[in-house]
Amino acid sequence: MGRYVARRLLLTIPVLLGASFLIFAMVYALPGDPIRALAGDRPVSPAVVKVLTERFHLSDPLWVQYWEYLKALLSGDLGTDFRGRPVLDTIERTLPVTVKLTIVAVVFEAIIGIVAGVLAGIRRNSFFDNLVLVSTTVIVSIPILVLAFLAQLVLGLKLGWFPIAGTRDGLYSYVLPGLVLASGSLAYVARLTRTSIAENMRADYVRTARAKGLPNRTVIVRHTLRNSLIPVVTFIGADIGALLGGAIVTETVFNLPGIGREVFDAVRAQEGAVVVGIVTLMVFFFIFFNLVVDVLYAVLDPRIRYD
Amino acid sequence: MNLRKRRGALVAAGIAAAMVLSACGGSDDNGGEGGGGKSGGTFSAYISEPKSPLVPGNTTESEGAKVIAALWTGLVGYSEDGEVEYSGVADSIESEDNQNWTIKLKDGWTFHDGTPVDAESFVNAWNYTANPQNAQDGGSYLSRIAGYDELEAGTATELSGLKVEDDQTFTVELKAPFALFPAVVGYDAFNPLPKAFFDDPEGFGTKPIGNGPFQADGEFVPGQGIKVKRFEDYAGEDKAKADGIDFVVYADQATAYTDAQDGNVDIVDVIPPDVIESAKDEFGDGFINTEVSQITYLGFPTYDARFQDPRVRQAISMAIDRDAISKAIFSGTRTAADSFVSPAVDGYREGSCAYCELDVDKANALLDEAGFDRSKPVELWFNAGAGHDAWLEAVGNQLRQNLDVDFQLKGDLDFSQYLPLGENKGFTGPFRYGWSFDYPAAESYLTPLFTPQSFPPTGSNYSFYSNEKVVDLIAEGDKAESEDEAIKAYQQAEDLIAEDMPMAPLFFTQIQTVATDHVSNVRIDLFQRPVWSEVTVND
Repeated sequence: MGRYVARRLLLTIPVLLGASFLIFAMVYALPGDPIRALAGDRPVSPAVVKVLTERFHLSDPLWVQYWEYLKALLSGDLGTDFRGRPVLDTIERTLPVTVKLTIVAVVFEAIIGIVAGVLAGIRRNSFFDNLVLVSTTVIVSIPILVLAFLAQLVLGLKLGWFPIAGTRDGLYSYVLPGLVLASGSLAYVARLTRTSIAENMRADYVRTARAKGLPNRTVIVRHTLRNSLIPVVTFIGADIGALLGGAIVTETVFNLPGIGREVFDAVRAQEGAVVVGIVTLMVFFFIFFNLVVDVLYAVLDPRIRYD
Repeated sequence: MNLRKRRGALVAAGIAAAMVLSACGGSDDNGGEGGGGKSGGTFSAYISEPKSPLVPGNTTESEGAKVIAALWTGLVGYSEDGEVEYSGVADSIESEDNQNWTIKLKDGWTFHDGTPVDAESFVNAWNYTANPQNAQDGGSYLSRIAGYDELEAGTATELSGLKVEDDQTFTVELKAPFALFPAVVGYDAFNPLPKAFFDDPEGFGTKPIGNGPFQADGEFVPGQGIKVKRFEDYAGEDKAKADGIDFVVYADQATAYTDAQDGNVDIVDVIPPDVIESAKDEFGDGFINTEVSQITYLGFPTYDARFQDPRVRQAISMAIDRDAISKAIFSGTRTAADSFVSPAVDGYREGSCAYCELDVDKANALLDEAGFDRSKPVELWFNAGAGHDAWLEAVGNQLRQNLDVDFQLKGDLDFSQYLPLGENKGFTGPFRYGWSFDYPAAESYLTPLFTPQSFPPTGSNYSFYSNEKVVDLIAEGDKAESEDEAIKAYQQAEDLIAEDMPMAPLFFTQIQTVATDHVSNVRIDLFQRPVWSEVTVND
C-alpha cells in the first residue's frame, strides 16, 4: 500500500509540471494587453506601459516566461501579481475560506445525500422514494445562480434565518452557501446511493445474511451500505477536488473571499502568475483526492488490494 | 444652474430624514450618545475590490478612490457646484502669469502618524507619481508641470518645475500657462505623501497614512476591506462626524444591495439598475439620486472615409432619440445630453449641442447632401461585458428606422482589446466612449477628448479629431486672465466642436445611492464619492 501511494504521489510531479505549462500557455494566448486592462478607462503613458511590461516579462516569448516562472518556483517563490502582492499570500488568504465552504458543503452532501438515498433505496417505489426522485430532479434542473439568489432572498432576507453575505458570523455564515453549493451534488449522491442500495439489496450475500437470521439493521448497515458506498465515495472524492477549486458563483453571490473568486478575477485581469499558481494547486487537490478515493476502495471492499 | 438646486434639495432631504429618524428612534444599533444625527457611532459602506494599492497617486478608479477620500484631504476642496474652495491644505495658490504658481500651505496640518504636512510632502509625492519608473496610474495628471516630458523620456528623475521654497511654500512651473491650475490640484493624484511612504512604498498601500478626516484602523485586507476611525488631530474644517467607517468589499453589487436591505451595510453608493424602482419605495429618504460628471458619447472615426464628412456625423447624432432610450433602457437614470460638457461644471450651456436634438427630416436631408451610402450597414462598436449591448442596439434600431441605414453590433472585444483597437484606428464605425472630468472644469472634457495632443495612446481622443481653431481657443482659455474669460474661450471651442461633431454626446449619467436609516446626511460629491466626514450615525 505504502509503495503504491508513493508511486502515485511521484507521478503527480510530471502531471503538475505539464498542467502548469498548459495553463501558462493559455494565459499567454489570451488576447488583449493586461497592462491596458489594469488601467481601465484612463490612458496610460507609454513609458509606464514599458516599465510594467519589462517588470512582468510580458514581452518575452512564452518559453522564456515559463522558464523564469519555474526558476522562481524552485526557490519557493510563486511570483507576485500586478499589484506587487505575493501569490502565496493570496492563496493563504483565500484558501481557508474555500476549505471551510467545501467542508460544510461536503458534510451536507454526504449526510443528507446518503441518508435520503438509503431510505429511498430500502423502500423502493414508496412515497419517500418518489419524493426523493422528484425533489432531486427539481434541484438538479435549477441553475446554481438562481438557487443562490433564491436562498439568499428567502432564507436570508425575508425569513432572516441565515446571514445574507460575508463571513462575519463565523462558521454559521458558511451554512447557507454550503447548502446551495452542495445542492447539485447532494441530489446526485442521493440518486447514486439509492440505485446502488436497491441493486445490492437483491444480491446473493444480502439474501445469505438474511437467511442467517441477522437483524435487518445489521444487514443494511454492515453488508449492503458498505458495498453500496463505493460509487458514492468515488463521486464525493472527485467532488471535494472540484469544490476546493472554488465555487465562483456561490462565492460571488454570498460575498465569500475564496479562491474561486480570486482565480476568476485573475483570469479576467490576465494575471498570469496568480492563475498558474492557483490552478496548479487545484490540479494537485484533484489528483490528491482521487488518490484518497482509490485508497478508500481498499478499506470499503476487502477484495481490492494495491500491492 | 439647475444642479445647484438639486443638490440643495438633497441636503434638505437628508436633514428631513434625520429629523424623522430622531423622532421615531431610528434603528436598533447603539453607537451615538443619544439624540438622532449627533456625532459618534460607526457605519459601514460598500466598495468593490480596489484595482490598485491605496496610494492616491496610483488610484484612478472609483473604488479605491472612495477610501482615499476618507483618508486624505487635498490642497483644495470644491463647493457643491464645482467652485474651488480653500478648505484643504492650501492657504493660497497664486500666479502672476498663470504659468509660475506659488502654493502656500496652512499651518498645523499633520499626517496620521504625526509628521507635518509640508511643502516637501507634496513635492516628493508629485515627483514619485509622475516618474514612469514607479508606474503610478495617476502619473499623467501631472503632465502639465514643467519637466514631465523629460521624466517620461527617462532623461530626468524629478520634475524640474517643482521647487520647495520653505516648509510651507513651494512653486510650480507649468509647461504652458493654465488659468485653471488651482482647480486641478484638488484631485487625488496631487495629495501629499508622508515620509513613511518612501520608506516602504509597497507596504504603504495596505496601511495607508494620509492627512484626511479619517485614519486607517488596521490593514486593508483584499477581498474584505478596511476599517477607518476618526483622526482626532485633523486640522481641517470638515472634521468627521462619525467615529469610524467600515469599508466592506463585495464581489457583487447585487449582494451589497441585498445586504443593505437587511441593514448590514449602511451606504451602497451605486445600486444595480434593475432595483432602482423598488429602492425608491423601500429606502424612502435613504434613496439618493445624484447627477454626476460622466457623459456617454458615441464617437465617430474621423479617419474613416465614410465618416469624414461632418454632415454624416451631425445626421447620425440628430437621428438618435436620446430621451426614448433613456426611458426604455435606463429607466430614467440617464438624461439626454445636450452639451459636450457636463451640467456639473461652470461653462455648461443648455442646448449647446444643436445637433443633439432629434430631427429626422433634417438628418435625412444632411445624409443625402453628403452622399452617404445607405446600403452598407453602420457598425457600432462597444466593449463587451459592461452592459452596453441593449442601448447600442436601441441606437442601431433608431438609425434603421429614422435613416433607413442597417446596423451591425461590434461588441465582442474586452476593454483590454477595445482601447488598443481604437488606438490603432481600428473602429470602422461609431463607437461608445464614456468620460468623467478629472477636475470640475469644461476644459477637462475639451482637451482630453477633442485636441490632437490627446491622440491615443497618451490621451483619449479616440475619434482622432483635430481642428486648429479649437486648439487655439482652448489655449486662449488656458492663458486667460480671469475665469470668465477662460470660460468664454472654452465655449467658443465647444461651438466649433458641435459643428464638427467628432463625438455625439448621448447621455448625462445619474447615480443612485441607498443609505439605511442607521445613517443620515449622505451626500455624493462631484467625484461620485459620498462625503464621508458629513455622514452622521443615528442610534
